[in-house]
Amino acid sequence: MSSDYEFSDEEVDNVFDDDDMDMQDQDSDADSGMDILDDFKPTTTTTRKAYDLPYESLTQSAVEALMAADVEHIRGIFGVDASTASLLLRHLNWNKEKLIEKYMDGASAMLVAAGVTMPEPEPAPSTTSTRGAGAIRRPTRKTKQASPAPTSKKDDGAFVCPICFDDTPGLTALALDCGHGACGACWGAYVRAKIRDEGEHACRCMAEGCALVAPDVFIKDVLLASSEDDAMGEDGEGAATYVRFQELLVRHFVACTNHLKFCPHPGCTNTVSCPGAAGRSVLTTIVPTVSCGVRGVVSSISTSSTIAPSPAPATVAGGKKPISRTNSMSASQELARGKEHKFCFGCPIDSDHRPVVCGVAALWLKKCRDDSETANWIKSNTKECAKCMSTIEKNGGCNHMTCKKCKHEFCWVCMGPWSEHGTAWYSCNRYDEKGGIDARDSQSKSRASLERYLHYYNRWANHEQSAKLALDLFSKTEKKMEEMQVTSALTWIEVGVQFMKKAVEEVDKCRMTLKWTYAMAYYLAKGNQKDLFEDNQRDLEKAVEDLSELLESPIEPENIPTLRQKVTDKTVYVQKRNTIVLEDTADGFLEDRWSWNVSVDGFDAPEE
Amino acid sequence: MASIASRRLAKELAEIKSEGCPVGINLVKADDFATWWFTIEVMGESLYESEVHTLQFRFDAQYPISSPAVQFVVTGGREAPVHPHVYSNGHICASILGNEWSPVLSVIAVCVTLQSMLASCKKKERPVDNDRYVKNAPENPKRTQFEYHDDTV
Repeated sequence: MSSDYEFSDEEVDNVFDDDDMDMQDQDSDADSGMDILDDFKPTTTTTRKAYDLPYESLTQSAVEALMAADVEHIRGIFGVDASTASLLLRHLNWNKEKLIEKYMDGASAMLVAAGVTMPEPEPAPSTTSTRGAGAIRRPTRKTKQASPAPTSKKDDGAFVCPICFDDTPGLTALALDCGHGACGACWGAYVRAKIRDEGEHACRCMAEGCALVAPDVFIKDVLLASSEDDAMGEDGEGAATYVRFQELLVRHFVACTNHLKFCPHPGCTNTVSCPGAAGRSVLTTIVPTVSCGVRGVVSSISTSSTIAPSPAPATVAGGKKPISRTNSMSASQELARGKEHKFCFGCPIDSDHRPVVCGVAALWLKKCRDDSETANWIKSNTKECAKCMSTIEKNGGCNHMTCKKCKHEFCWVCMGPWSEHGTAWYSCNRYDEKGGIDARDSQSKSRASLERYLHYYNRWANHEQSAKLALDLFSKTEKKMEEMQVTSALTWIEVGVQFMKKAVEEVDKCRMTLKWTYAMAYYLAKGNQKDLFEDNQRDLEKAVEDLSELLESPIEPENIPTLRQKVTDKTVYVQKRNTIVLEDTADGFLEDRWSWNVSVDGFDAPEE
Repeated sequence: MASIASRRLAKELAEIKSEGCPVGINLVKADDFATWWFTIEVMGESLYESEVHTLQFRFDAQYPISSPAVQFVVTGGREAPVHPHVYSNGHICASILGNEWSPVLSVIAVCVTLQSMLASCKKKERPVDNDRYVKNAPENPKRTQFEYHDDTV
């Protein structure tokens, strides 16, 4: 509605250019000298659609740079060192305004609360501190010489670790500014347990009641030193823990920052910045689908997770034209493994749930989780008591039912009152008795809402299932086409696989859209708007089913050119229909055109 | 790791044996570095006069970095004291055993804390959610996420 999510074309180009380049690189590799893929050109050139929000993908180091900028800002204002500044920021969840305000109110109280300095009234055990008003004593590593550990001094003055009681001569104590000493191994084990087991980035002093937080340098030293010791386990574990520590800091920062969100895909450490979707209020008008820029499964940092452009074309024996894809990954593997990390910026759903907004999508998922299987079972195995509507399962015995709840006696077969059955035990040969009709009427009403839900649910589930099947089908098709390529000497089949891949990708995308249109339609209030919505839905569905059918048609060398033409045409059409559905729905949200049959957060209550 | 735990426990045990336990606390058994038993008794005037309860400590390899699992023994005729923070299965809701555990605390320190928790009790009653908790409680109290709502008792 406002300029929040209207960005200039220039910025949009920046966001999407990379993708386009990659696509074209691949394409030109695939068909040097052939323009077959030109069929797709008008649609593959991605211009931002009305329903796409601008966003930016950030790597972990980019986020760390943002953090450093904040730290530097605070450092400049307060005149403290970077370590203190970052501890202060972390303490107030990176809320700079709040920090500045609170710090101006009382700097020393803030420093104590953030675990930077000791509380004043307590006599400082440290001997070196300068106790000027407001003087900041930075926690630093101190050895026993500088600050005698108060708790554990043997008579001979040697240090005994109060945690593990190690009294090896020459053992040095490590302590924060508070002087609560412990040996390096114990510090290492403690910090490791905090970071690894608790996922905690603020490691307070081990002493009971001591609130001092270990600064990053201290943590790094302790961890790196401990991995050298044999006692702490394998080599490099300390370093790995420190990496985890840094990741925890980044996660904390991202969690505290409205316009940032961590990619929810397992193992991925990217962050997406989407200022247009930072507030909850916009979620009633837009669906902020974003992608972190990585594709596929992130298994450590391996090259297999990204789809690299094909290496130099290999020449096939017989002097034929170069064929591009000779590297290990087939197109179907690419499709399955190379899925973009798409997720919703506004809610926890880790896929694209357009066109429906977060609130409605969440309602629907909850309903499905609670109801689907149960609803199916209830539908096929139970009936409702005609009087009190309790759901009843008949698990044995005769047809003379007595409702446990209201004691209503009725016949299971015709649902009429048992009193009308006279003495006709175990058989129900009467049909038109009034009581039976009334009972069946009221029963059918209560069934209707269940039926309605199942109508939408089954279509929802079907699209999800079909999308999976399409991927399976494609891998079979691809195999077959590759076989044909070997046997029939048709080099252009390679390009053929590309058009199939494109089509399957499109089917997958559109089925996701369709899937969510059913969630949306379930909650849409009856009326013209819903009719229009369902018209668009029907057109897209028809187009997608047609394309799916085409993809399943038998492939023979002689029909490939016609098939390719048909599939290509249909793919373009499907893309158009998909855009229409997404655009129209998105516009509808902006224009506040949709109304619901239930109450949804942020929308007007449904009209009765 | 295990070496830190066993060295630390050996030291604590040696100290208990040489210096003895505080009044009202007695070591029952400490045959290994996995499970120790103590009896605990509140001295002087209190609601728990002449009651003797048995405390069980269980240690993992991460002790003392991670807290011991402490509970009252409720088998073999022994019972947990009736106290607003002690469930009838022996589990204890005390922050010192959870998020306020510190590696500088010791077994004896925990015993003394629990002793004073009993001593300062004003009314003998079970926690309000006792039945619900006991029905679903995990075997090891460390697996419970307690909410520490009351610092006064």
